[in-house]
Amino acid sequence: MASKSGLLFSGSDWDFRTLSRAYETIEAVATEELHLDVYPVQMEIISSEQMLDAYSSVGMPLMYRHWSFGKHYLYQELLYRKGGRGLAYELVINSNPCIVYLMEENTMALQALVTAHAALGHNHFFKNNYLFRQWTDAGAILSYLDFAKGYIARCEERHGVDAVEEILDAAHALMEQGVFRYHRPPKLSSEKQREGIRERLEYEERSYNDLWRTLPPSKDGTKVRETDTMTERKKSLKLPEENLLYFLEKNSLILEPWQREVIRIVRVIAQYFYPQRQTQVMNEGCATFVHYTLMNLLFDRGLIGEGAMLEILRNHSNVIFQPGFDDPRFSGINPYALGLDMMQDIQRISTAPTAEDRDWFPDIAGNGDWRQTLLDAWANHRDESFIRQYLSPTLIRKWRFFVLADAANDPHYEVASIHNERGYESVRAALAHSYDIGASRPDIQVVDVDLLGDRHLRLQHKVKDGIVLEGGSRDATLRHIRKLWGYEVSMVAVDAQTGATLHERSTSQIGE
Amino acid sequence: MPIFIDRRLNPKDKSLGNRQRFLRRAREELKRTIRDQIRTGKIADVDAEHAVSMPARGTGEPSFNDARNSGSRQHVLPGNKHFAPGDRLPKPGQGGGMGSAPGRTESEDDFRFVLSREEVLDLFFEDLELPDMVKLNLKEILAFKPRRAGFAATGSPTNINVGRTMRNSHGRRIALRRPKQEAVDAVAQEIATLEAKPQNAEMRQRIVALQEELERLERRRKRIAFVDPVDIRFNRFDAQPVPNANAVMFCLMDVSGSMGEREKDLAKRFFVLLHLFLKRRYDRTEVVFIRHTHEAQEVDEETFFYNTQSGGTVVSTALEEMHRIVEQRYPSREWNIYVAQASDGDNFVTDSERCIALLDEQIMRLCQYFAYVEILDERESHIFGATDNGTSLWRAYSAVKLRWSNFQMSRIATAADIYPVFRQLFARQPGYQKSGERGG
Repeated sequence: MASKSGLLFSGSDWDFRTLSRAYETIEAVATEELHLDVYPVQMEIISSEQMLDAYSSVGMPLMYRHWSFGKHYLYQELLYRKGGRGLAYELVINSNPCIVYLMEENTMALQALVTAHAALGHNHFFKNNYLFRQWTDAGAILSYLDFAKGYIARCEERHGVDAVEEILDAAHALMEQGVFRYHRPPKLSSEKQREGIRERLEYEERSYNDLWRTLPPSKDGTKVRETDTMTERKKSLKLPEENLLYFLEKNSLILEPWQREVIRIVRVIAQYFYPQRQTQVMNEGCATFVHYTLMNLLFDRGLIGEGAMLEILRNHSNVIFQPGFDDPRFSGINPYALGLDMMQDIQRISTAPTAEDRDWFPDIAGNGDWRQTLLDAWANHRDESFIRQYLSPTLIRKWRFFVLADAANDPHYEVASIHNERGYESVRAALAHSYDIGASRPDIQVVDVDLLGDRHLRLQHKVKDGIVLEGGSRDATLRHIRKLWGYEVSMVAVDAQTGATLHERSTSQIGE
Repeated sequence: MPIFIDRRLNPKDKSLGNRQRFLRRAREELKRTIRDQIRTGKIADVDAEHAVSMPARGTGEPSFNDARNSGSRQHVLPGNKHFAPGDRLPKPGQGGGMGSAPGRTESEDDFRFVLSREEVLDLFFEDLELPDMVKLNLKEILAFKPRRAGFAATGSPTNINVGRTMRNSHGRRIALRRPKQEAVDAVAQEIATLEAKPQNAEMRQRIVALQEELERLERRRKRIAFVDPVDIRFNRFDAQPVPNANAVMFCLMDVSGSMGEREKDLAKRFFVLLHLFLKRRYDRTEVVFIRHTHEAQEVDEETFFYNTQSGGTVVSTALEEMHRIVEQRYPSREWNIYVAQASDGDNFVTDSERCIALLDEQIMRLCQYFAYVEILDERESHIFGATDNGTSLWRAYSAVKLRWSNFQMSRIATAADIYPVFRQLFARQPGYQKSGERGG
């Protein structure tokens, strides 16, 4: 221990030894008291400028170059300069070892808070939540990004910045539609395998001989092709396909190998972030719950001084600030606040349940083991299912949630339900639904393409609750798809309930 | 034990490449914005940072998004105070700020950011078609000349100051009592003499002692280097700005009705370019605006570019006015005088003679450089571009040009034609240029 007083640190200055001691103590308490299970940690100290850098390239330490990141940087810098937004104190990367960025400007008290929040809270969540375990590959992501950055830089050298930019622009436009939602994506292949594939492609490019094309096709071969019916065609292309980027990468006829690889890079990155987007409330809630609990434990054990604790609490309450809907500062539901509240509520339900809680949560109410209950919740849920499962009437009353029904053709909102006996179920369902990424993003799929005919690519947009796509951005995105596909692309809007066709839009109507 | 990596010293500006890519992409639009800002702003303001708004075209990042004004949906909001189920609330105006509407992308595309001075100048230069050397020249902030300024402990090997270094080394050797070569030689000599003599026990003992002494001395010499890195001193150089003088720039323009929006825009760019050049060269640059019709007056920049006056065109009035101002305020001993004149070439026929006389006898002796542009219609430029005949003013000035090497004139129809008027100015070597300066 550092000093006679037994404090982990005193004063606001930090050095590497204090950081390391703080981490070790916090980790020991976390394992012992909360049974957390974490990846090894790598802490990197960065300046505020570097934090801005990281912000603008989607929070990753290594990223290829693209103009849109420059634009985002300008925007973030502007907000920061105006004081409109403070920078995050930390940034954490889901990788193994787990990388935590600490800002050099933080005081030691903040560094301790951030260590508990990111190095333990987020880290535990990344390692244990089923989405991350099944869908992302924490060990491989950094080396993949490194490869991606180098690969795109090489492409720029060889094919020119403009050519690469064109592909990246189009791929970025489809990032939302570039993830597998329902089946697990293939594991990232190792560097060696990728190297092999690339070499083979390069060999094929080198040894391409146009003469082969002039050979007459074999008789039986063409016959088989002629019987190619619509259903067979769909089967062979595994249609319908929700992952547009994947489909274009594999099936577009005009792309060169390097262009496919670029699309693949964008797709892999989109897929990597998909679990994070589904677990915002849980991830931040878990980290906030962990830092709050740990900091209080350390304070109780006399390891943190009162001054530092006050600073920590002040920052904590800033983070979980949640204004009401009519407050000018309101900008949506704060995931930190909602997550923390729900997790503390679970703690309460399992230790001191009311009769209502026993009614609503028979299996966890009063079980006394809030640690295990929380560990289970962290491991097995995403935001949508977590809220559907655990949002209690107590919390709905505390937050005074209400549901507004909003129909486009009605000049009024209607209050559908509030925090009362009749409303609990529907408030909970509506809130859970709003966190369901799969349901709240437009559902667009490739339904048909005739590779041997006119190569017309047909997309289908399933319109739910009458919500159609915004026209301007839809047309622009379709134009991007056309760039990758090379032939006509059309999209049909189909009502999800009735199956009726609402309208159709094709690139031939849009023009360049 | 976590691994710590200190990244604070990593190279900065990691996002610079992204910024450049972004600016390149938005180039056309930014260029237009800068051009508009130059058109409406002051000449002297070109040479600074400019705030511009996010260009709309070329920087959009489309994706499939739900249209906000379609279908039906539900918003869950916290903080209900008095609503009951079934309450109906009027929607706020267009857009409806309630709920976590996906409006963020719009606001992100609608903000202003700051272009650095360099970036602004790049955009400004783009269709002036300046040679690269000139661009560099204009962008460079100040000319510096290295000047000796004491000594430093670090530096490049070519700058080692031997005298200083040896003095330090000598002092250190004395302080640390490094045995001198003579002392070593003396001991060695003594050993040699002793060894030459017949031996006895006492002498052998003496020799051993001497040999030990010799060894000690040698060891000490080895340990205390003759010249140690701490002794080395380098000549230090300070970058000293090259002394500059004052310059005044006269902008002369015909503002009679025949000068339209396009003509004034071209004229302004012509003035801006000269101003940029002068600002680089001189500590202090002042600008005097003189507009003229059939009479001339000194005005402020605003009036110069935006007010029109009706009347005929008598160019000599402007030259006279300029001469008067020079006499009054800018004695040519203390000021470098530059004149930029823009006109569409109209002049009273009889006045051209008077202009020639004024220039030849008075003005050309005073100025460093006189640049005249005649702004043509793009169609006219095909007709007049090559020939020497033209407006009466053009013919008159052509005569002046023959006699004065610092007089330049050109007919311009587009921005790219401006530069040749200044070619001679920019071609001058700084050294030659300075010899022409007065006072300072």
